[in-house]
Amino acid sequence: MTAVVEFDAELPWQRARSVALRPEPFGALVYSFSTRKLSFLKSKQLVAVVESLGEHPTASAALTACGVSDAQRPAYLKALADLARSAMLEVRA
Amino acid sequence: MTAVVPERPVGGRLIDQFEYGLDAPICLTWELTYACNLACVHCLSSSGRRDPRELSTAEAERVIDELQRMQVFYVNVGGGEPTVRPDFWHLLDYAIGHDVGVKFSTNGIKLDRARAQQLAGTDYVDVQISLDGATAEVNDAVRGAGSFATATRALENLAEAGMRDVKVSVVVTRENVGQLDEFKALTDRFGAQLRLTRFRPSGRGAEVWDRLHPTQAQQRELYAWLLANGDRVLTGDSFFHLSALGEALPGLNLCGAGRVVCLIDPVGDVYACPFAIHENFLAGNVRSPGGFQQVWQSSELFAELRSPQTGGACTKCAHFDACRGGCMAAKFFTGLPLDGPDPECVQGYGETALAARAGDLVTPRSHLDHSHRGPVRGQPTLLGIPSMPAKICDESPLAGLRPA
Amino acid sequence: MPETPQDDVLEAPPAAEEQLVEESLVEEVSIDGMCGVY
Repeated sequence: MTAVVEFDAELPWQRARSVALRPEPFGALVYSFSTRKLSFLKSKQLVAVVESLGEHPTASAALTACGVSDAQRPAYLKALADLARSAMLEVRA
Repeated sequence: MTAVVPERPVGGRLIDQFEYGLDAPICLTWELTYACNLACVHCLSSSGRRDPRELSTAEAERVIDELQRMQVFYVNVGGGEPTVRPDFWHLLDYAIGHDVGVKFSTNGIKLDRARAQQLAGTDYVDVQISLDGATAEVNDAVRGAGSFATATRALENLAEAGMRDVKVSVVVTRENVGQLDEFKALTDRFGAQLRLTRFRPSGRGAEVWDRLHPTQAQQRELYAWLLANGDRVLTGDSFFHLSALGEALPGLNLCGAGRVVCLIDPVGDVYACPFAIHENFLAGNVRSPGGFQQVWQSSELFAELRSPQTGGACTKCAHFDACRGGCMAAKFFTGLPLDGPDPECVQGYGETALAARAGDLVTPRSHLDHSHRGPVRGQPTLLGIPSMPAKICDESPLAGLRPA
Repeated sequence: MPETPQDDVLEAPPAAEEQLVEESLVEEVSIDGMCGVY
């Protein structure tokens, strides 16, 4: 069992290459072809963050660019941590 | 005039969102052919003989193109026996080459060493081997003489080729529920994962359901076994009706027909679910203008299924939230109302409902039957049962002998 | 609409995005088959 590692928002992240994302009315569905896991992203804003991660130097920057407020930030960081833990996100080289 | 579209909630649980429908199905099943080398007694699609109207290779490619546009993640391919279609391997490559993963279910007949090696070297494809007994004796009674050997040979070939994530899918019946540990041992031996699924009274299954479906006591045994072994065993979410026994089993625990799943059949007909091949659950055809997407997104049947469902009598039960009234197909094909209990309701309401059915009730039958007509090599030995019982559940020794 | 008395999900008021701070934004789903055959 791996230890829970804090999500490092100061690293450059991206959607994992083996992951497909499909927008839906409520947000999006994300499917990992390597783990066969399916996740549900519950807000359009979170979808925008995940889609734009690859374009920003850090996850923090992506959150800011997508207009995530200070009040929402902890929830979004937790969401990104959840996705990283399920191998839906990976650190860019 | 289209139905009023109910307001979709923001956030909340995924299953609440599912009830309002998705832009594309998640577990789409595509039966490629009704042809099959076997004649399993409980076949949900009454397969055996090819249908002359089956989709051509080109038509199948157009469906895959649509699935790609709709961003369907993967498609579950079956039949009949999908590998007996000469273009199966071409369509497999075509799907993968167009961003659609493939999970296919087979009895193993074509999985020789060469094909096993080919599959082991292919990304985005999963294989599932069907097996309904941990021994040839139990398996072949339902699937036919030699079918156990065919399946295990395929499993050996896949293991030898280094194929990963192979699944063995078992339909749980009265005859094999005592073999759960042996099934686990068998799949461990081949490095495969065990999948247990629910036997439903669909297709030819309707004819043997009364004799083969697990008893209430066996359902409780199965539930206990799943709780004890569940982290390593898959269920295709098909035992959610058992969640009313206590702790919910993992999965969505609700009927996804027309909301999350649907079936494309070999002639392009779109049904709400692979267990519901019947005119009442026919939403459209992929050959119509607008193709599959039009059917999935706009058919009347699916709009109906995506509106809030009345649980009817079941909503008063304390366990409703766990079992959501059970399986629509199981209710339909046993002649029970869809807003009442599942025939295998763990609280016993299903048995009561079955007993309360009219004495002269003729349960619904599909308009389709592609079963083999003549004798089949390796006929399942369970075929001693009358194929059209006068009454499901009739305990009278004269059942089936009364004049029509 | 299905009742969910055991959830602390709020009905959708005007500031729906704000409300989502209270609950997890990601839900993992077990999807082996979804009652499917395969």
